[in-house]
Formats: sequence, C-alpha cells, structure tokens
Amino acid sequence: MAYATAHHEEHHHEHDEGIKVMGFWLFLVTDCILFGALFATYAVLVNHTAGGLTGKEFFEVPGFVSETFILLTSSFTSGLAVLSMHKEKIKPLIGWLIVTLLLGMCFVGLEIHEFQTMVHEGATISTSAFFTAFYTLVSTHGLHVSVGIIWMISITIQLKRYGITSVTKRKVTIISLYWHFLDAVWIFLYTVVYLMGVM
Amino acid sequence: MLDKLKDFSSRFFVTGEPMIYGADVAILLTLAGIIFVLTYLKKWKWLWREWLTTVDHKKIGIMYMLSSLLMLFRGGVDALLMRIQLAFPQWHFLDSNHYNEIFTTHGTIMILFMAMPLMFAFFNIVVPLQIGARDVAYPFLNAVSFWLFFFGAMLFNLSFVIGGSPDAGWLSYPPLSGMQFSPGPGQDFYIWGIQISGIGSLASGINFIMTILKMRAPGMKLMHMPLFTWSVLASCIIIIFAFPVLTVTLALLFIDRFFDGHLFTMTGGGNPMMYINLIWMWGHPEVYIVVLPAFGIFSEIVATFSQKKIFGYKSMVFSMMIISVLSYFTWVHHFFTMGAGANVNVFFAITTMAIGIPTGVKVFNWLFTMFRGRIQMTQPMLWTIAFIPCFVVGGATGVMLSAAPADYQYHNSYFLVAHFHQVLIGGVVFGFFAGLYYWWPKMFGFKLNDRLGKWAFWTWNIGFYVCFMPQYALGFMGMTRRIYTYDFDMGWGPLNVISTVGAFFMGIGFIFQAWQILHGIKYGERDVTGDPWNGRTLEWSIPSPPPHYNFAVIPTVTGQDAWWTIKEERKKKKAKETAVFSPIHMPKNSGIPFIMSVFWFIAGFGLTFHWVWMAIFGLTGVGACLLARSFQYNSDYYIPVDEIRHTEDSVGRVG
Repeated sequence: MAYATAHHEEHHHEHDEGIKVMGFWLFLVTDCILFGALFATYAVLVNHTAGGLTGKEFFEVPGFVSETFILLTSSFTSGLAVLSMHKEKIKPLIGWLIVTLLLGMCFVGLEIHEFQTMVHEGATISTSAFFTAFYTLVSTHGLHVSVGIIWMISITIQLKRYGITSVTKRKVTIISLYWHFLDAVWIFLYTVVYLMGVM
Repeated sequence: MLDKLKDFSSRFFVTGEPMIYGADVAILLTLAGIIFVLTYLKKWKWLWREWLTTVDHKKIGIMYMLSSLLMLFRGGVDALLMRIQLAFPQWHFLDSNHYNEIFTTHGTIMILFMAMPLMFAFFNIVVPLQIGARDVAYPFLNAVSFWLFFFGAMLFNLSFVIGGSPDAGWLSYPPLSGMQFSPGPGQDFYIWGIQISGIGSLASGINFIMTILKMRAPGMKLMHMPLFTWSVLASCIIIIFAFPVLTVTLALLFIDRFFDGHLFTMTGGGNPMMYINLIWMWGHPEVYIVVLPAFGIFSEIVATFSQKKIFGYKSMVFSMMIISVLSYFTWVHHFFTMGAGANVNVFFAITTMAIGIPTGVKVFNWLFTMFRGRIQMTQPMLWTIAFIPCFVVGGATGVMLSAAPADYQYHNSYFLVAHFHQVLIGGVVFGFFAGLYYWWPKMFGFKLNDRLGKWAFWTWNIGFYVCFMPQYALGFMGMTRRIYTYDFDMGWGPLNVISTVGAFFMGIGFIFQAWQILHGIKYGERDVTGDPWNGRTLEWSIPSPPPHYNFAVIPTVTGQDAWWTIKEERKKKKAKETAVFSPIHMPKNSGIPFIMSVFWFIAGFGLTFHWVWMAIFGLTGVGACLLARSFQYNSDYYIPVDEIRHTEDSVGRVG
C-alpha cells in the first residue's frame, strides 16, 4: 500500500511539472505579443527623429555584432546544459548553466556600455521619439535578460542543493525555454533595429 | 520645517472639497471599525489563515466577488454624482475638475475593477467545479492574481483622498494624460493601479486556459464541456492576446511621463494616435473578454430553467470562437474620425458588423432552447430574459455606430454613451447578476429571497430604460460625452432630468440587492441537496458549499450535461454506488501572494509619487518573494482518507 501511494505521488508530480512547462509556453506567447507591440511602436516611430540624429550615427557595428555572438553562444550553452540534464549529469549541467550566466552578464554589460556611450554622445531617451522607442524596446529585452540571470542563479543554487529531481528538471527546462526565447527576440532586434538602422 | 511639512501635506492629501473630507472620515471610521471588530472577535488569525493565505479557488472567487461588489458601489456613486451634475442646465453641483475626475474613475472602476473581477469570481468559483477538477492548474498563481488585482484596485482608489484622482478619461489619451496637461500624481495612480492588476489578469488568463485544457475529469472531451467553461476558454484566449498590449501601452505612457520621453508627445516627433491605436487594441477585445462569460452564464441558465438541453451546442461553441478571433479586428471603429482613410474604415466597419452575426446566432439559440421548454421563472431566468431585448437594442445601435460615415455624426455623442451602457449593463452586468443568483446557493449554501430579488429586478430594469433611452435622443440633439454643464437654450434639460431619475432607480435596485444578501444570511432558505435548481452540470453534483477538495471522487464523464446524465442513470438503476476514497493531493496555503502584492503596492505608490527609493524597495520585495517561492519545495500535502470520509459524512454523503 505504501508503495502504491508513493508511486501515485511520483506520477502526480510529473503530471504537475508537465502542466507547468505548458503554462510557460503560454506565457511566452504573451511575451511575444508584448515585444510585438514594442516592435510596432518602434516601426511607427523609427523615422520620427524630430529633425535630429538617427540611429545610423550611433549604432556601432562591432558592439552589436559581439552582443549578438555572445547571446547566441549563451543560448547554445544553455542547450548543452539541458542535454547534460537529460543524461542525469549534474556537474556539466551546473557548469554549462554558469557559462550561460557569465555570457548573459557580458551581454548586459556590453548593452549598458553601449547605452552609456550613446547618452554621452547626446542621444538620451528624451532626445526624440525615435530614441524613446529605441531605448524602450532594447532595454525591455535587456531587462528580460537581467531577470533571467537572477533566476538562473537561483536555479543553479537549487540544483546544488537538491540535485536533479522532477522539480529541478522542470525549472531548468523552463529557464532554457525562456533563454532561447530571448535569443529569438534578439535576432529580431538585431535585424530590425541595428542592421536596418545602419544600412 | 513646519512650513515644508504643511506644504507637503497639502499637496499629498486631497483638500478643499467637503465631500472628500466626508470620505476621509468615512474611510477612517470604516478602517477603525474593521480593526475593532476583528480584534474584539479575535479573528485576526482566522482572517490570515482562512482567507489572506488561501489558495482555494472557491474562496478566492468569493473574495473577487466581494471586492467587485464594493467597487460596483463606488463606481455607482460616481455615476449618481455625474447624473446629479447633469440633471439641470447651468447646474454647479460639482466643479469641472471634480467632474472630470469622477467620469474618469467611474469608467475605469466599472470596467477594470468591477466587471473584470466579477468575471474572475465566476471563473474561480465555477470552472473547476464544472469540469470535475480539484483546483485550478496553478493555485498559487491564482492567489497571486487575486491579490495583485486587489492591491491594484486599492492603489487606484487611494487617489481619491491622496494625491488626487486621474482626470483624463478612462483610457487616458495623451496629450491630455501627458506630463504637460496632467502633472499631478493622478495619472500615475491610474497607470500603476491598472498595471498591477493587469498583470494579475494576464496570469489568470494563462491559468484558466491550462485548467480547462488539462484538468478536466476523465472522459470529458472538449465538446462535452459546459458552455460556461467554453466561454471562459474563449475569454481567456482573448485575455492572453490583449493584456500584453495593455501592459505595453501603460508602460509607454509612464516612460513618457517619468523619463520625459516623446512617444506620444507632438514635440520630439511622438504620435498620440499611436497610443489610441494601442489602447484600443486591448480595449475593444476587452469588451468581449467581459461579455463572453456572460453569454456562457446565460447558456447555463437557459438550459437549466427550460429543463432542456441547450439548442445548437456546436454553433454556440463555434460562435464564441469566431467572436474571440474577430474581436481583434475591430479596434479602429473607436476612431473612424482619425483620418486613416476610407479603405481602412471600411475594413473595420465590416468586421465590426460581422461580429453581430455570431452574437445573433447565440440569441436565437437561447430563444430556441426556451421554445417548448418548461420554463421556470426563477431570479436567474428573469435577468436572462431581461437581457435579450436589452441586448438586441444595444446590438442594433452598435451596428448603427459601426457604419463609418454615420459614425462621423454619432462620434463622442450621448448616443454612444447610451449604446455602450446598453450592452455593458444589459449584457455584462445583467449576465453577472444572473450568474450571482444562479450560483449563490452553490457558493454559500443558501438561496436569496425571491420577493426582494423581484423588487431589485424591476427597479434595475425600469431604471435602466428610463436612464439610457433619453440619452440616445440627447445624442441626436447634439449633446456630447464628458460635457460638464450646458445652457438652458440647448433644450437638453428635460431629458437629462429623466435620465437622472432612472439612474437613481438603478441605485435603489442595488440597495435591494444588498438588502437581499443581508436578509439571505439571516433567513435564507438552506440548500441541503447541493442541487437546488435541478442542474445539468457537475457543480451541482457536490454539496453546497463544496468541501475544499471539491469532489471526494472525481466523476467519469460520458457526454454533455454530465450531472444530468448521472441523475438519469441513477433513476434507472435505483442502486447506490459506494464510493472508494483515496488520499487527495492538495496545495498548501501560502502568505507569499499577499505579501508580494503588498510590495507591488508599495512599488506602485513609490512610482506614482516618483519616489525612486520607495519603488526600488517595493520591487526588491517583489523579487525576494519570487525567490522565496522558488526555494519552497514542500508546497503540497495529502488529505487522508479518514478525513475525507468524515467531511463527506458531515454533509450527509455516505461513501
């Protein structure tokens, strides 16, 4: 009887974890729409520079290209973390998560540096409608990445403490979904904001 | 120092109006009263353990309902104040600024803090019971949603006595809502009150989609689901597509105000029309978010009280899904006069008219369900029947407004005001009242008094027509919305007096309902069967009020109207099945949703007054709560079989 209950419990938990991952997919749908609205705003206002400077004068190709490479690589390493998890290997799992974290921090650092340079050169959020839309869109993505970093640190600690269980598995799955999603959003940012901006 | 303090407090607290001083006193007395009663009866622990930390969907639903009825009271008082102001020409009951604040808060409160939470109350109370589930998909998140709504609403309401209310209209169009024309904190109260509760609504949308898709009792296929559950699914689909846009819109407005941005200000190249597009991309679907569940409620009630299966189940489902898709393609009809050009206006005129078709299908289905049914004129049925003519008139005037060229004439007139009150009161409020009367015995275990209910019904209905029919005429006579006062020679006086009288009738109706509830608590007819209406769906198969685990044994469903089928089978067999209980897996209570929402409130308050330190403190608290939850592994438990047997015995259900 004790065995039966334990089995039942385990089964129930796995069902729970599955529902949570699916719910997170739905959350990502809503986040897509959030970014969609911001992209739309940006597209409407991209030429509204109030007669002032455009992105072309400010966007630095080496800067945003390295940001892109760093974020794409971090998405790859978070994938490697999930692979190690499926092989039940805790050490590489934690290792790859830490690599992902560090890459994420580099990305945020570079972005902050980029913003600082732009502000220093006289392009602030209140310079024109274009710059308001630009800072809003790009920093919303940056904020998402920053939240992801804190979240990933918390999950890494939990992995150290509890090992690979059905619960921590679900948490790693969700954070990696989130991380890939941010990567996908960045590809749009890279194209729509930066590439089209410097062309 | 003292002068500084005086200066600060005169800006911080709203002063100068005797009515506001009255409200201050009333708020303080109420608070003191609540604290005294709770302390005197030693109920603090009970309050914390049973309500503030609960993750039980039924209790959360009841809290949604109570807060929403309170908000209905406040929004109603706003309405009456407006109607008094407009009753006579050249009348100066309110000053113009106060009037602006009142029409802004009336609209915002009624849609976001009355209709939405009342809808979530039904989602919470009914959906898990109808689909044979023990709880929603994410009980903890559900509690978070409620408390975010609650503290968002409190933040918004606080603006009445602290800082000053928003006065730029319920959708806060820039440039009026920008820093230049609304420099005070009122507009930021608006932004953060709605933003915080909006996050909760979005979470509820996700929660209920997952609940409906994944938590149904075994055997319940999608096409076996009760129509109310279907309507919730349709409404939640709209929520998850529309609410992120609201989040963005409010955030953008805040960026303009706080960081001196230029998204919506003409100087700097911004585009205020962008805001209006964005807000209506949320705002129009929002109308269908609140009305679809009302349609679901009517479907349940019509079937139950005609004692027949619903007519055209599939077409009902189909029409709801069509509405949920079409609802995204109508937003431009709110500003045909924007100057987007004839082709754009034609597209949105046609989509708007098209949405009338599935709505019409539903009305006919309800009528055909009643046809040759054995109709019982209970209170829920009364409201359902009253809804039909009301909504038909509202729908017809809606089609009138949707004709783009004609709209140039009606735009922002009282005709429009009459139209949307007709569909929102006639559709949503009547629908939710019908639902309240219908599920009241399930929630609380007693029925509401019939005689008082009929008084409420007639005063509400007569009041409604007396109030809004004259407004259609006033619109044709040239009276525009948001008008503060008018001259004698406009000739609008008599109709406005009539309209005000009607509004007071509705107020009396509300008093009858409050009385009805108090009367019911004392003398209400107990429901011992759990199935007072001879219902058709699973919520009526369990005791009223339901035990916290809902179903001692999860039923197996074989078709539509699951409970009706079970009853028919029992009649045939006449044998009693003995239930075999097994331990039930339940989530534990948690204080985190409440505490986290308090931190949100603090953050929102800080952002409203542009006190960055306070905002950072609040947001850090929110983050800490999230982390605390993430580290919580032991968040559920099992109810042992003995306890289930004991509970079931005590409500007269022997296993």
